[in-house]
Amino acid sequence: MKVVIALAQINTRLGDITSNLEKHLQLTAEARAAGVDLIIFPELSLTGYYLQDLVPGMAHRASEDDPVFKPLMEASREIDMVVGFVDEDIRHRFFIASAYLGQGRVRHVHHKTYLPTYGLFDEGRFFAWGDEVRAFDTRFGRVGILICEDFWHASPPYLLWLDGADIFLLTSASPGRGINHEPALESARWVEDINRAYASLFTSFVIHCNRVGFEDGLNFWGGSTIYDPNGVLLCQGPYHEEALTFGEIDLNQLHRTRARLPLLRDERTSFVLREMHRIVGQAQDRADEARDV
Amino acid sequence: MDDGKIDLTINTDSVNKILVGFIHSEITRAGFSRTVVNLSGGLDSTVACYLAAQAMGAENVLALMLPYKTSSPDALEHAEMVIETLGVRSLTIPITGMVDGLIGQFPDMDRVRQGNVMARVRMIVLYDQTASFKGLAVGTGNKTEVLLGYTTQYGDAACAINPLGDLYKTQVRQLARALGVPGVIIDKPPTADLWLGQTDEGELGFTYAEVDRLLYLLVDQRYSPEECVQAGFAESFVREVMERVRRNHFKRLMPPIAKLSNRTVGYDFLYLRDWGT
Repeated sequence: MKVVIALAQINTRLGDITSNLEKHLQLTAEARAAGVDLIIFPELSLTGYYLQDLVPGMAHRASEDDPVFKPLMEASREIDMVVGFVDEDIRHRFFIASAYLGQGRVRHVHHKTYLPTYGLFDEGRFFAWGDEVRAFDTRFGRVGILICEDFWHASPPYLLWLDGADIFLLTSASPGRGINHEPALESARWVEDINRAYASLFTSFVIHCNRVGFEDGLNFWGGSTIYDPNGVLLCQGPYHEEALTFGEIDLNQLHRTRARLPLLRDERTSFVLREMHRIVGQAQDRADEARDV
Repeated sequence: MDDGKIDLTINTDSVNKILVGFIHSEITRAGFSRTVVNLSGGLDSTVACYLAAQAMGAENVLALMLPYKTSSPDALEHAEMVIETLGVRSLTIPITGMVDGLIGQFPDMDRVRQGNVMARVRMIVLYDQTASFKGLAVGTGNKTEVLLGYTTQYGDAACAINPLGDLYKTQVRQLARALGVPGVIIDKPPTADLWLGQTDEGELGFTYAEVDRLLYLLVDQRYSPEECVQAGFAESFVREVMERVRRNHFKRLMPPIAKLSNRTVGYDFLYLRDWGT
């Protein structure tokens, strides 16, 4: 089975959902006309990234009675979509979230589990931490969503893999940083390295959509990619420019790669879990001992 | 010197693309389509002018030449060379009358005060011209001078946006070469040209080549001062530079507001400038 993917590496207007929504609907229509099966928008694609005190006013629920999600869900009858937004739960906690919409329904909402609060980042100040990493079923098979810092840590992609995801949908609003003699920024090189590594280590498709544009002095570098289960780059969007980049993935590649390289079959999850218990337990013991002293 | 760890080389194509995009984005989102640059004829303002012309179109850039009676004629000539090459608009507004109007009242005013007056008068003219030209002021300060505080607060440091503030002087020079800036501008000794014979390196007491390498370790690579000494820098030099960076930090910040209420600008009223755009 072949699936045509569109990576919508857009620029956004900071805190202007109406205008960002319009861009989503326009590009989704364009992608649908081009025969795309799944279109992916970046992290916080409906709101912009560096929201700070704008966060509470940006929140929406991924449901049919929400004025922002209603037209998106309508559009998703004919094309599957991943969109980035601010989610507010019933206890009024705000999350950086990505929703998977398909066949007119909300299939899954992922809350960002790692909030960078260091260097230029301040997410932990404004957002609540998600605490679930779940794969979910789509018409293309089982997939998982992670948002930016989620996959700077190795554990969320590993969990998704064990939970059955064969396609990783990664979204970012990654500020470009680190200049040297290379054409790619250091942050771009790093993300490309780890995404290629995840594709290879998990013998899975790794699809990454990163936004472009500026927010004050921050630049977002784009360069969205698709790697196949062999770690081969299938397509890449341009750096620093808005683009709708198309790529086709052949799901039979999972069969071929895993026939050659049965890393998933041989993964020893019980052994990992046992060792995790031991390591976490020892850390706990040490903490208890320190307290006793 | 442990040269292996210090590489200030930049990919000029990539940097140029980001900076041109930054200028265009931040000027247009503020509701403007034009820019004004104080063009001294030195390296930084020349590069800022080249970037602004790429970002907004030459016809939308106003380059101001603001000579004082002691200003170097070479600098004016170099500024004119840039204006002609780029095709940007220009105005020459001598500041001698304005500057002398103040310093004439204080016969014992030292040259640092005089220099600050000149820098701030240039700021007044710059901001007045932004109103007349309906543009925003593009700054010209580089990372070296921002870190060292080698700048006049509310003078040459004043601007709406600063494209060069994260490039060390030696990196601005690399970018200038890639942009095709005339060699005579790239190779001349950097100077604020506030008094006859002034040069940055003479006044600072060290060269940009040296200090950029040290700042790169201290700031970018997060070396401790002791590690910089171990890497081959003289301890007195490291201490002097650290002290300059610390002492001048106020120039890099907005003035602090005394907090009284539950919500105070600067502490817990936090929005980007690009709010809503």
